[in-house]
Formats: sequence, C-alpha cells, structure tokens
Amino acid sequence: MTGQTNARVRRAHHTLMLVLTLIAGPALSADIETHGFLLLNYAGRTTDNRPPQGDSDFLLGEERLRLDVSAWAQEIEASARFKGDLFNDAVDGEADLDVREAYVDYTTGDFDVRLGRQIATWGVGDLLFINDVFPKDWVSFFSGRPLEYLKIGVDGARVRLSGEVVNADFMLIPFFTPDTLPTLTRFFLYDPLASVTNRSEIKPVSTYDNSELVLRLYRRAGEFDVAAYLYKGFWRSPGMRPDDLTVPTQIELLYPELRVYGASAQGNALGGVLSLEVGYYDSRDDRVGNDPTIANAQSRFLIGHQRQLKQDLTLGVQYYTEIMQDYAQYKQSLPAGFATQRRSRDTITLRLEQLLMHQTLRLSLFTFYSPADDDYLLQPKVSYQFSDELSATVGANLFGGKKETTFLGQFDKNDNLYLATRFDF
Amino acid sequence: MKHLFLNVILLLFSGSAFAQTMSAEQIIEQSQRAFYYAAADMRAKVTMQLIDRDGGVRKRVMTLLRRDTTDGGEQKYFIFFHEPGDVRRMTFMVWKDPVKEDQRWIFIPAVDLVRRIAADDKRSSFVGSDFTYEDVSGRDVADDSHTQLREEALDGRESYVIQSIPKQIVEYSKRISWIDKQTLLPLKETYYDAQDELYRIFTADKIKEVDGWPTVTQRTMKNLKSGHRTEVVFDAIAYDADLADEDFSERRMRRPPRAWIE
Repeated sequence: MTGQTNARVRRAHHTLMLVLTLIAGPALSADIETHGFLLLNYAGRTTDNRPPQGDSDFLLGEERLRLDVSAWAQEIEASARFKGDLFNDAVDGEADLDVREAYVDYTTGDFDVRLGRQIATWGVGDLLFINDVFPKDWVSFFSGRPLEYLKIGVDGARVRLSGEVVNADFMLIPFFTPDTLPTLTRFFLYDPLASVTNRSEIKPVSTYDNSELVLRLYRRAGEFDVAAYLYKGFWRSPGMRPDDLTVPTQIELLYPELRVYGASAQGNALGGVLSLEVGYYDSRDDRVGNDPTIANAQSRFLIGHQRQLKQDLTLGVQYYTEIMQDYAQYKQSLPAGFATQRRSRDTITLRLEQLLMHQTLRLSLFTFYSPADDDYLLQPKVSYQFSDELSATVGANLFGGKKETTFLGQFDKNDNLYLATRFDF
Repeated sequence: MKHLFLNVILLLFSGSAFAQTMSAEQIIEQSQRAFYYAAADMRAKVTMQLIDRDGGVRKRVMTLLRRDTTDGGEQKYFIFFHEPGDVRRMTFMVWKDPVKEDQRWIFIPAVDLVRRIAADDKRSSFVGSDFTYEDVSGRDVADDSHTQLREEALDGRESYVIQSIPKQIVEYSKRISWIDKQTLLPLKETYYDAQDELYRIFTADKIKEVDGWPTVTQRTMKNLKSGHRTEVVFDAIAYDADLADEDFSERRMRRPPRAWIE
C-alpha cells in the first residue's frame, strides 16, 4: 500500500467519523434545539433636545441576534441552555455579546436545581416591584426595548424544594449585578452633583460574606397563592458619596447593604384577579436614617386588580406606595441644594390591553401616575403579528411632571418613539 | 312480587332503554362527559391551524394535559406551547370549576414569571383561534336550556339533534348540536347570532378509538362571517397516563418534565 492511498483511506475514515459524530453524537448523548430571533430596535427622542453629555437624537439604535440553544439529557431530568444576543449598537458604535442566560437544570425527587446565569422574577406587582429584588435594566424599559430586557440575569444558584406543606425557592448569588440606570450620555435626568464628573463606582466585592441570599416560601391558602420573601444583599441603585458635601470634587457610587422582608397574595376576587404585596426595606448601613448618601429604610405596599372588561379587553389597576422611615433625620441631614423627597411616594398604574384580528393586533396602554410627586409616564404601544415569524411594535414613552427633580419628572425631555421588529426562527 | 316489579324497572332503565329515555339535558351532559372527560386523564400534542379568508395560515403547536379531579366536574388543564417562536416554552394552567370561577395561571419564560390571569370571560378566543375557552374545556350544561328537536342520521351516523339556548346573553343566541347516538360525541354544532343567522360551525372531522375511548382527533371551527377557520389535530394521544394532582402546579409550569413535552 502506498503512502498516498493510506492517507486517502485515513482521510475517508476521518470524514466518516466526523459525519457519524455529527449525526449520531448529539442524538446519542442529548437532544439539541436551536432557536432565536433577529430584533431591530430603534428609538428617537421627540423633544428636539439632546442630553448634556450626548450628541445623538437616538436613544436606541441596535440590531440583535438572539441565539437560544438547549440540550436535554436522555437518562436523567437534566438540561442545559444558552441564551445570548450578539448585538450592534449603532448609537455608541460598538458590537458585543450579551449573555442573557446560561444555565444547567437538574431535577431529582422534590428538588429542582438551576446553576448559572439566570433571570428570576417574583412578586405580584405589574411593573411595580417590592419583593422582586433582582436587577433591572431601566434604560431598556425607558427606551423601547421589548419588556423581557427589563430583567437582567444574575450569576448564582437556585434550589427549589416542592414540599407538601410549603414550597421553597432559595437563591445564592455570589456576584453582584446592579440595576442599569439612565446616564447623562443618552438621557436628561436630575443629578444634583452633575458638575462633579470625577466619579468612581464601588461594587460590593465578591466575597463569601457579600453573597446575596434570596428566599421565597410559597403555597396555596384557599383560593389564594401566598408567599413570604427574604432578601439579604444590597441596594441595586447606588448612593452618591461626595468627598466633601459643600465643595465636592469627586463622588463615589456605593451600593449599601439591604435586607428585605415581605409577603404577597394573589387570587380570584371581585370578578378578576386581586393582588396584594408588602415589603420592608431595611437599609442596614444607615439604620437611623441620618446618612444622606444612603437611602433610608422604607415600607412598601401594593394592591392591584386585573379583570376582563369584555372579550379580549383587559383592565389592570394598581395602587402602590412607599413610606420612608426616619423622615425627620432625612430632612435634617439632607445637604443644601438637594431636592427633598416626600415622606410617602404613591403611584397609580393603569393597564389597558385590547386584542384584535384574531389576536394579531394588540393595542396596549400602560400608565404610571404619582399623586405625591405629580409626575407620570405613559406607554402606548401597537403590535402587529404579520406572521408566526414576523412582528413589529411601535410605541412611545412619554414622561412628564410638575418638577424636574422627581422620579419620572426628571425624564420629561426624554419622550421617545420607538420601533421594534422581530423575526423568529 | 316486589322483586319482579323492581326487575322490570331496572330493565326499563338499563342499556338502550335508558338511552332512549334521556332528556335533552342529559344527552348534552353525557356528550360533555364523552368529549371532555374521557378516561381519568389525557395527554396529547395539539396542532391548531388558524386559516384566514385569504388562506394565510398561522400555526399553534402545544402539548395538552388534562386530569379530572371529579368525573364530570372539576378538571385541571396544562398547556405547553412549542410553536410559534414568540410563545415557545410558555405554559398555561387552568383549574376548571363548573360552579365557581376558573383559576388560570400563565408562565412567561422570557422573564421567568408565573402569574394569575383573569378568567371571567370564557367566551374569549383561545390563542387567537376560532375556538373559545369554553369550546376547549366545556361549557356548563346549566348555562343553556336544551330541547331535543329530532333524531336524524348525519353522514350515516344516527344522532340526536339538540337545540341549546343560552340563559344569559352571549355572542350566540342558539346552538344546534348533532350528538352521535353511539359515542355521544358531538359531530356538528351550528351557532346562530342575535338575528338568528347561522355564523359559526363546528365539525368533528375524524373520530378514532384511542385506548378504547372514542376520540375526536380532528375538528374544525369555521366562522362564516369572517371567513376565518381553525383546524385542530390531536396527535400522540395517551389516556390514563397516571398524571397526579400535584403535576398541575407552579413547579411543572416553570419546568415541565421532558417526557411531557417531547
């Protein structure tokens, strides 16, 4: 046998092995499924203004390729999943990978385990969060990305125990993820220390002690789903600590310690679904409330009701309030020139959803209005499903308020109109 | 003497003799049992084709699980969506109660959220199809007044023809059902609007015996006004699959066992 034929046989052999591996390999070891979508997402400011540190009329200009790959084990109840977006941000001129979720699931007996980056959502509020202490991307929410982008995955482990008396979800999150908040490069916003640009962010270091712990205990009680919640971790939006309160030259952004204790209930009542939720935000680093750089402790309450007014028309109404503890100390220690928050901040939300044309056309309106702050956010939206693959959404974020220092009022000049086109595969 | 009398009565009420003496209401009730309550539980892969006037097709593929808490009474439903892409992995659970309001939950996988949804309008469209929630899981027999119009053969099958008038105003004013005498399954239903005009037709297109249970494996609901129709095929049907009450839980909504959703 010559060397040449030998090589050819080897090559053929290798090719055959490769083909066999490709065909039989995945089928023997696991089932694999690949899906995803292409999302084109653009948002432009409608107020004819550009923010102080930005020069674009666009809040958003991006193309995203979602890859969603799952694999299942054959013999045991286990699976793996990767969900990530390759994106091109045309506003900043950068392309990158956004790992949305990447985890392994394993189920045995009464236990479900999930390890890795994962999105978690708890609580009964509709876009109002008390016991959902997980990180949120408010930039996405305010600039017209699809709603799923409001949630950011956390890196950790979750164990669920399904018991006869009670079910428990326990999470351990060693790596801290803050909320994504609007910045002066794309948004107009209230910043009492805007002139101080020398800033450093100090995230909690990933020590064992700093690991976040989250617990949810839940069960049914009569006609209601009831739950109790515990959280040990950190505020996800930072406090600002200037080096000098009167003549600041630099600012540290800190995430103070936080514990949250809460409960919720949801069930059929009054011809619809009634939701109740409460929580106490224990601000551990400032328990007396006299440190102006750290948010004071708060109590939060929510009551909501959702019902169908008629066929394919849903109405949801919520009343929410947060009450600051140690208000006297807060007012006393607040530096001059800072806007004073009210002791209690309440919000009323309204959701109207109408489905038309065999649910291919969806008209939706979500509004936030705070009677205490006299500010609002209106989010009208129209979505149309051209086919099972192709859909488009046009919507707006309209902010306003009496003052430019309140939570929603500060975004007054950020009114925007957006388009999101999605092709599923 | 007493015994003979009892025997005569028993004979009268047994077998075919009983069937012939059923009232219209009893026929509808028995038909609902045959259609919605076969066996103690069921699993099936359901493909819905939503076809518009111009022939445009949208597809919904789902796994449907059903367990009867009591035969003819409370039921639990679980639905897992395979397609289309924007609802993939979404799950939907209904605890149906013929007396009280149903309880419904939805799991939205993109944000890992389980929440209750309002369930007071049973006449709403199910996932945009021509079927309503009541068409999918049954309408309370007591919600209509039933009268038997006649008996006739429909496509060669002997059937009862029953008229049902809703007691409270819904979008139809009259329903006529052809109920197969042999299987008690509905073969056809016609719906009339407030002007007494025929506008909606249900047909059982294929009936097969599965594990000994006569089952409608293909059905169509056609809206004559809009020209829109929905064709439904049930595949991979398994009865008495040993589903437990605990299987209809938030746990399973968030993470359905692989065997359910293949």
